Amino acid sequence: MQSSKQLKPPVTETYDSLLAPGQSLNSVTAKISDIILFPVLKTPLGWIIGFVAAGLLLMLYLYSLATLFTVGIGIWGINIPVAWGFDIINFVWWIGIGHAGTLISAILLLFRQDWRTSINRAAEAMTIFAVACAGIYPLIHTGRPWLDYWFLPYPSTLGMWPQFRSPLEWDVFAISTYATVSVLFWFVGLVPDLATLRDRSTSPIAKTLYGLASLGWRGAAKHWQRYEVASLLLAGLSTPLVLSVHSIISFDFAVAQLPGWHVTVFPPYFVAGAVYCGFAMVIVLMIPIRRWFGLEGLITMKHFDVMSKVMLASGMIVTYGYFGEIFYAWYSSSIYEYYLIVNRFTGPYAWSYWSLILFNVLIPQVLWSKKLRQNLPVLFFVSMAINVGMWFERWVIIVLSLHRDFLPSSWASYTPTFYDWSTYIGSFGLFFVLFLLFIRFIPMIAIFEVRDLVHKTTAHTAEHEDSGHAGA
Amino acid sequence: MAQVFNRRTNTIVRLGIFVGVPVILALLTATWWYYTRSDWVRDVGVAHAKVQPAGNIPGAGGYSHQLHVGGLKLDCRYCHTGVEISSNANIPPTETCMGCHAQILPKSTKLEYIRNSYEKDEPVQWNKVNDLPKFVYFNHSIHVAKGVGCSTCHGNIASMAVVYKTEALYMSWCLNCHRAPEKFLRPQSEIFNTAWTPPADQIAQGLKLKKDLNIRTSSQLTNCSICHR
Repeated sequence: MQSSKQLKPPVTETYDSLLAPGQSLNSVTAKISDIILFPVLKTPLGWIIGFVAAGLLLMLYLYSLATLFTVGIGIWGINIPVAWGFDIINFVWWIGIGHAGTLISAILLLFRQDWRTSINRAAEAMTIFAVACAGIYPLIHTGRPWLDYWFLPYPSTLGMWPQFRSPLEWDVFAISTYATVSVLFWFVGLVPDLATLRDRSTSPIAKTLYGLASLGWRGAAKHWQRYEVASLLLAGLSTPLVLSVHSIISFDFAVAQLPGWHVTVFPPYFVAGAVYCGFAMVIVLMIPIRRWFGLEGLITMKHFDVMSKVMLASGMIVTYGYFGEIFYAWYSSSIYEYYLIVNRFTGPYAWSYWSLILFNVLIPQVLWSKKLRQNLPVLFFVSMAINVGMWFERWVIIVLSLHRDFLPSSWASYTPTFYDWSTYIGSFGLFFVLFLLFIRFIPMIAIFEVRDLVHKTTAHTAEHEDSGHAGA
Repeated sequence: MAQVFNRRTNTIVRLGIFVGVPVILALLTATWWYYTRSDWVRDVGVAHAKVQPAGNIPGAGGYSHQLHVGGLKLDCRYCHTGVEISSNANIPPTETCMGCHAQILPKSTKLEYIRNSYEKDEPVQWNKVNDLPKFVYFNHSIHVAKGVGCSTCHGNIASMAVVYKTEALYMSWCLNCHRAPEKFLRPQSEIFNTAWTPPADQIAQGLKLKKDLNIRTSSQLTNCSICHR
């Protein structure tokens, strides 16, 4: 976005197509790479303000972590029996957000869904940054984070291995695999675009950096063939991860015997919740970005319509889970399970349960209407509500189950402290710093994939304006 | 336009990946190994022995277990009186030394620090050799009572002019015995024999001792709270 382009032409929205009319191979490449390729000193003011704001939040985060490491986890509101609080709530919330990116990039690739092309790059970036935010919480919640390498099975002087029967140990492998495959998949998908940037940039520094990152990509047929194989393999690896990662995280709860946790529906219910929340986050990020960078021609209303439908479907699965939990409590004839539901409805934290129902079940029902689905302010509001609602879901699962144990003598309550909040809000600083760096230096839409889409959707005669073969 | 990269770039990058990365990984592994399990980092072996006691007069030599245990055949318990009844195999007070040295070599300059300590009523400053971390509960009396001899952990003290650590005290080393005590148990008569070596049928003997001494099962002995209380 050049700073001179302050006055934007009125937006004409495209409702029925994945590309606005009049897109050509050249215009796509120019549109996306021009967002990045301009001198650092001419960075738009809006980006700088956003980066400073995110940086301040990051400072808050680092301050909270420094205090945590020097003082200890006593600065948090957790206690016995509520030994998991914001740390694990935020962990599950962030990692759930990541799932949309993997679903879009892997499963939709295997199913040849063309609508993923304009949003997959940004969604994958969101995945990686959300996994980074998520992964920090279990590492810092251990009390002595400098000993976190004990999580890993290595030949230690302790003569001990990690407890392989614990779901918490499965988490270590699930999340590290997920992070590794996501980063690889993202990077492999970036290589052709980084080569485009290398060829288009004029600054020698940018040329060198993009050149190194593009691994000598020349756009040869052999390169493309290898690229296709690699991305297909990585998509195949990622696809089970969409289901396995959040299933394993649900085992953290489901394998325990606490009322409200010991439920067999948890794996699918968690995966659907993750997709739900993840798509909501993609929409929350995409609505402002396409406006600021004038990408209405590439991310059309059709995209938002399809994403809303995915959200609605996963939201209904989650809703089924909520009813399921009530049914199990009744059907189990266990007084502890039964009390859990009564406590959710009427207990001291009933406000959080009803907020969850409001944000996750009631408000998203507006997505049934096509008109409201394609109304961006409404969609933005609904998506924000879902993000809040999914946070409340983890709060309800963790805090409400823990604070009422089997024995009334061990009941307690949980109040988050300043540091609970600052470690949560601060993590947005990390996320947005990374995301802003991403949209400043890396094409946020996969150039070659959109060019491929242009090639497929426009008449064959129009393609001769493009001189080279590097695109598709 | 000029090329951004010169023609050697690919070779340099390949060298970096296939040579540089393995070399760096090997160096990191070696550093990690050295700083977590070398004798140097754990002060094991005669090279790390410190002359006893700490406040000794330079040139006066030091206390020698080789002389007292190996030569004069003192029993361990003559000085370390608590070993059978206490968690702590205590360091003797100066009075124990003076019990003999008031009569034996009473004028020796080598014993001046002992006499000073006795006259001024100031304890002798011994160097701690085996320093267990405070999060480990360790009890000498139970080990001695259940067939673990001194030399199993402390080595052949009678042969040491200056006592040094013979074991690195890793948790894996503790567990080595707690998982299979029969490999190390000895008869009660041999507990204080610093030169004891296991017999050829050690496992059979050890299993019999394990039964006779009512030693717990290895799963009980490796319970976390056996040592971390």
